[in-house]
Amino acid sequence: MNPSDRPGPEGVEDVLRRAAEEGRAALIGYLPVGFPDVPASIEAMKALVAGGVDLVEIGIPYSDPLMDGPVIQHAAEVALRGGTRTADVLTAVRAVREAGAPALVMTYWNIVDRYGVDRFAQDLAAAGGAGLITPDLIPDEGADWIEAAQRHGLDRVFLVAPSSTDERLRSTTAACTGFVYAASTMGVTGARASVGPRAHELVERTRKVCDLPVCVGLGVSTGEQAAQVAGYADGVIVGSAFVKALSSGPDLAAGLLAVRALAEELALGVRRGVEQ
Amino acid sequence: MTRVVEGRTGPLAHTGPLAAVDGPYFGRFGGRFVPEALVAALEELERTYAQARIDPQFTGELERLHREYSGRPSILTEVPRFAEHAGGARVLLKREDLNHTGSHKINNVLGQALLAVRMGKRRVIAETGAGQHGVATATAAALMGLECLVFMGEEDTRRQALNVARMRLLGADVVSVTAGSRTLKDAMNEAMRDWVTNVETTHYLIGTVAGPHPFPTIVRDFQRVIGQEARAQILERVGRLPDAICACVGGGSNALGIFHAFLDDPGVDLIGFEAGGDGVDTGRHAASINGGLPGVLHGNRTFILQDSDGQTIESHSVSAGLDYPGVGPQHSWLHEIGRARYEAVDDAQAMDAFRLLCRTEGIIPAIESSHALAGALRVGRELGPDGVILVNLSGRGDKDVDTAARWFGLMPGEENSADRGPREPVAGSDHQEEA
Repeated sequence: MNPSDRPGPEGVEDVLRRAAEEGRAALIGYLPVGFPDVPASIEAMKALVAGGVDLVEIGIPYSDPLMDGPVIQHAAEVALRGGTRTADVLTAVRAVREAGAPALVMTYWNIVDRYGVDRFAQDLAAAGGAGLITPDLIPDEGADWIEAAQRHGLDRVFLVAPSSTDERLRSTTAACTGFVYAASTMGVTGARASVGPRAHELVERTRKVCDLPVCVGLGVSTGEQAAQVAGYADGVIVGSAFVKALSSGPDLAAGLLAVRALAEELALGVRRGVEQ
Repeated sequence: MTRVVEGRTGPLAHTGPLAAVDGPYFGRFGGRFVPEALVAALEELERTYAQARIDPQFTGELERLHREYSGRPSILTEVPRFAEHAGGARVLLKREDLNHTGSHKINNVLGQALLAVRMGKRRVIAETGAGQHGVATATAAALMGLECLVFMGEEDTRRQALNVARMRLLGADVVSVTAGSRTLKDAMNEAMRDWVTNVETTHYLIGTVAGPHPFPTIVRDFQRVIGQEARAQILERVGRLPDAICACVGGGSNALGIFHAFLDDPGVDLIGFEAGGDGVDTGRHAASINGGLPGVLHGNRTFILQDSDGQTIESHSVSAGLDYPGVGPQHSWLHEIGRARYEAVDDAQAMDAFRLLCRTEGIIPAIESSHALAGALRVGRELGPDGVILVNLSGRGDKDVDTAARWFGLMPGEENSADRGPREPVAGSDHQEEA
């Protein structure tokens, strides 16, 4: 079964298609489950959806997050110290589904490897999850996951980077479903002053080799940057800025308001879409 | 020569020379579990190395550096007074401790630094637990005029202030890593983050036979000179191959370095000694094969210390060089096919062997290498007086004097108490070298 054939609520491609029909880019928001604790992180994910995020990316905290900058590293440490378990992500997936947005899980590979690839896929599908984003799994090592994703109707989002050769862009995107995650710069997650010109170039190169939507992540934190990226990409992915917003206030309520306000700002940004 | 590993059939059987097996995969271990952003650099490294390894100019330059800079070949020393405690077996030490910078680390570092130059990369980064690989990398960078940045856990920089100074004297910058457990594993994470960001100008000079392909193969190849020399030396000295080879295993580069030339000699037992810390059953150890499970860490599939959710468990050892929650993928494979065996040596056993070599032979070994010495005592008692044991003495113990003095109660005010036997180590005073 293809993910897009799945009956029921909107899938990842449906959401991206709808955004395209509205003449805008989609907004994808990331938060890790368990930060500052499991219930609060789920409230924050609902605030993302309420603020206009089209698709939620739920992170599983990991002890060795080598693609993450200080903000998400810290959140993962807090989450793990607080006793967050892999299975908590399934609770978060259900909550996001109920809030009305597709939920993709972003995870380092050893978490899934230990859980059991097929068992994880099965449980994720049963919870209503849309699929996985795998920052340290390239399709070359992903045969088990690709097979499990097909079996359970899940999307598999792999990353491409500015350093990817055309040959690798072809092979990596051929293994993707849902969308292609284009890393805007060489580096780890975290807000940057500007999203570099290499992101635009990478999106163009990716479009030449595949028909899937291309979404851009790494470094986007403001409405203005979102508008800029929306000018050339199908979706804008924001992570660290939401994590920062969630811990910005004096208490959880303030953090949730800040998350929602940032989502609203970014949602306006992706509708503004500056032509480049 | 073709061999099927004894007692194994089915998917674990291996035919063909074991020494001919290169990455990316060693059985089900190894691979390349990395962000896509690093793939181009790994492919470039793989291509560059494939050309360099058969280029007489490259291999000639490396051989010249070994001979004229780091002091190869390292000698083989028979240690009869030590061997009296090893069941009377003959024990011979491969003296990697006598290399420039004090350990086997320089073998790999010189090779990779030449590769960096060949790729036009003028900046090298490295992780270090507390010093030996960092110092070796800083040394090679100074020699070849490269910019050098070494990542070291904050805990280790504090405890190993002298090694930090040593690297800085050599012109390297040292970054103190405050993430996670603030030790070697986190230094490696941070080095990976730097590499993802600066990969187009930077070579990540990994210090052990772990990491994503092609690192496990490249580092092994640069270390196998140890076994090649030792094989010829022991044939000349003893007239036959040894019955057993003992080496310590953290990531496992010195062990693979000495094992590799003997992989296809079925009569030679290859034994890796992992750091048992307080004892494998206490949970406070660094014995990834004996106390871990297969998983993915730092770019490869191998045995790692992890909990039931796949979160990495922090390792513990008196020896920082072995204090790593993973192990090179080729070791995991050699374990699985039964060609090498891996045993744990705990802190107290290693420190006893450390003291024994000091007192019987006048050689102060690295605490890492002392795990192999403790293993040799065990193996010698099994073999008896007819046995011949080759031990890789991977590093010297000058760096460990402070730890050892505390362990044996030799600090000022505690003089003449060395015979009181081991004491509890001072918490956290124990991070020094990575193997």
